[in-house]
Amino acid sequence: MKKALLVMLPVAALTLSACGSGGSDSGASNDARGPVTIWYSNNAQEVAWGKKMVAEWNAAHPKEKITAQEIPAGKSSEEVIGAAITAGNAPCLVLNTAPAAVPGFQKQGGLVPLDEFPDGEKYLQERVGGKLSQYASPDGKYYQMPWKSNPVMIFYNKDLFKKAGLDPEKPALAGYDEFLETSRKLVESKAAKAAIWPAPTSEFYQSWFDYYPMFAAQTGKQLVEDGKAQFASPDGLKTAQLWKTMYAEGLAPKETFNGDAFAEGKAAMATVGPWAVSVYGDKVEWGVVPVPTADGTAAKGTFSDEKSIGMYSSCKNRGTAWDVMKFATSKEQDGKLLEATGQMPMRTDLTAAYPSYFASHKDYEVFAEQAEQTVEAPNVPNSVEVWQTFRDAYTKSVIFGKGDLDAALKDAAAKVDELAEGQ
Amino acid sequence: MSSIKSETLRSRRTAGTAGGAKKPRQPWRLRLGGHQPIGMVFVSPYLLYLAAIFVYPLGFAVWMSFHDYFFAAPGVEVERPFVGLDNYTSVLTDPDVWRSFYNIAVFLVINVPLTVVGSLVLATALNRKLPLRSFFRTAYYIPYVTASVAVVGVWMFLFNSDGLVNRALGPLAPEPSWLVNSHLAMPVVAVFVAWKQLGFFVVLYLSALQNVPNELYESAALDGAGRLRIFRSITVPAVRPATLLVLILATITGANLFTEPYLLTSGGGPDGATTSPVLLMYQRGLQQGHPDEAAAIGVILVVLITAISLIYRRLVERD
Repeated sequence: MKKALLVMLPVAALTLSACGSGGSDSGASNDARGPVTIWYSNNAQEVAWGKKMVAEWNAAHPKEKITAQEIPAGKSSEEVIGAAITAGNAPCLVLNTAPAAVPGFQKQGGLVPLDEFPDGEKYLQERVGGKLSQYASPDGKYYQMPWKSNPVMIFYNKDLFKKAGLDPEKPALAGYDEFLETSRKLVESKAAKAAIWPAPTSEFYQSWFDYYPMFAAQTGKQLVEDGKAQFASPDGLKTAQLWKTMYAEGLAPKETFNGDAFAEGKAAMATVGPWAVSVYGDKVEWGVVPVPTADGTAAKGTFSDEKSIGMYSSCKNRGTAWDVMKFATSKEQDGKLLEATGQMPMRTDLTAAYPSYFASHKDYEVFAEQAEQTVEAPNVPNSVEVWQTFRDAYTKSVIFGKGDLDAALKDAAAKVDELAEGQ
Repeated sequence: MSSIKSETLRSRRTAGTAGGAKKPRQPWRLRLGGHQPIGMVFVSPYLLYLAAIFVYPLGFAVWMSFHDYFFAAPGVEVERPFVGLDNYTSVLTDPDVWRSFYNIAVFLVINVPLTVVGSLVLATALNRKLPLRSFFRTAYYIPYVTASVAVVGVWMFLFNSDGLVNRALGPLAPEPSWLVNSHLAMPVVAVFVAWKQLGFFVVLYLSALQNVPNELYESAALDGAGRLRIFRSITVPAVRPATLLVLILATITGANLFTEPYLLTSGGGPDGATTSPVLLMYQRGLQQGHPDEAAAIGVILVVLITAISLIYRRLVERD
């Protein structure tokens, strides 16, 4: 019997995670007021901003206080939030909700639609402008407040470019041919071990930092649009072919680098957002250029690496939570967030909104320009599975160069079409 | 010959019933509570614990695998209809699931024999009066109690393309390198896990070896048996119950493989060559919101491991 029990252990491990449930819906109305809880991400700059924002709110609202904490540690924020939804103990607001996770949270019944507040849609539209439609759910509602983006660009190490005999002020990185040629020179000259070193791993989100920014620059499209996968299009294949060549020629390694390859001078380029300005600051003599397109024409977009604020259905005092959400995304607080973190508030005409900041922070201006044309992860059913399906095909056919690239991406696109339909 | 055999079988069958006479049936109170009913009070906390953390979740997992199930917020009305074998059909027609079971089979074929032979040989060596015996026993145990995250870093340092192993091998280094080579990645994971867990299994064997009477070894030595013969004819049969335990535990822990491919080969790479069923369960159940399919994979895994364990038992306990 004991042996029989021992062999049953694997499923016990699985199911333990499945049995957290109970309680009931808060039955809260959108007018209810009182104390609220919020979670924010655990990077030091955001925590500092969050603490100040909370202190300002609490000083002015003694009866509707915010209790704030960092998102509890876990394998990823999304898994922690998903578990909290199931357990019924999610906070009112999470200031770091990934758009790719929103369809899943919505399916769980974990999110409150923001356009059900009387001024909800108007506020979202005025703040976010034309990009707002990318954040609508398939039912047409908005379950997230687009909050801040990290429009992705290419950082390069000027010292390593110099060492490879390349012009560090005007690097040839606009078209795929130029990008490849520059990469070859960087590696052949042994200026760097890798031209660029994105994580070659299988996690569903890794494509946001290698393929997707270039795909967005080339097409201006989301991975899935109108329920159809876009990555097997001729433009999508061109981008995949570029990366296949990068891996086949050893310009991008197939192995994981434990650490920051760009900071350590192992890679001459990196795909990064504005957070990189303060991170690499004085450590690397860096330059920044837009993500390349196939023929070197201006990019049609770049991946946003955006985070939203979500209101969770376990929240009782939703009226207060909505007010806190608006307070945290007010022009004043957005300015403080920009100042503290360098991340771009999801506002229309960003540079005009904060002219003095961008006048004194020229390094960030290029990111603000990119922020005007960000491309988001699509808000479709089975979002995470869609990305995993793409990543699996990409890992096999692009990173490891196995099989026919066209066929692999077309197969994956057919699967993604079904998944995006909710099957 | 056959009559002797059937006679033996008959006597075995009747031995348990004292010559065929039926035992009188005990009253239900005795059957339920035994002669010391207070014992039930003492075991009840364990029974409750077992029911709460094992029986209920196991039953729930099986239930989930037959329903269209997903995690939902409390109080949210969702339909979870019975779908029969749909989840099983879905996972059994998925090439990724088959690949993961194939991967784990490769893992077990390498890891389990390595674990059994390695731990038995080491335990036999450490059972002798060696200088620094305590040091060696501790040294073999340390990887087992060290977090995988920490030791994985060391192995990556060893097996990366410019790691120590490849530097030592020079031109003989494999291309592509160990952890990004779809033929070599899983064997490296299997050897890593065998090395990491060896200490635990050495302890199991050491405790079994303590119970082998010294006289057996002395008699065999007097009869002129060599070390290899003594090991084969005395040690191996004497520790057979421990071997069964090691086999079953190594298979179960192997079937639960998750951390090592996740960390050592970056989430099941290269190209899915180290993706294990449990890694897929994590992806499907927690990342992608399909706990019903994850449960189906889990149930299939349990059935397979149970079958393998029973086969082990038959093979090892066979006289």
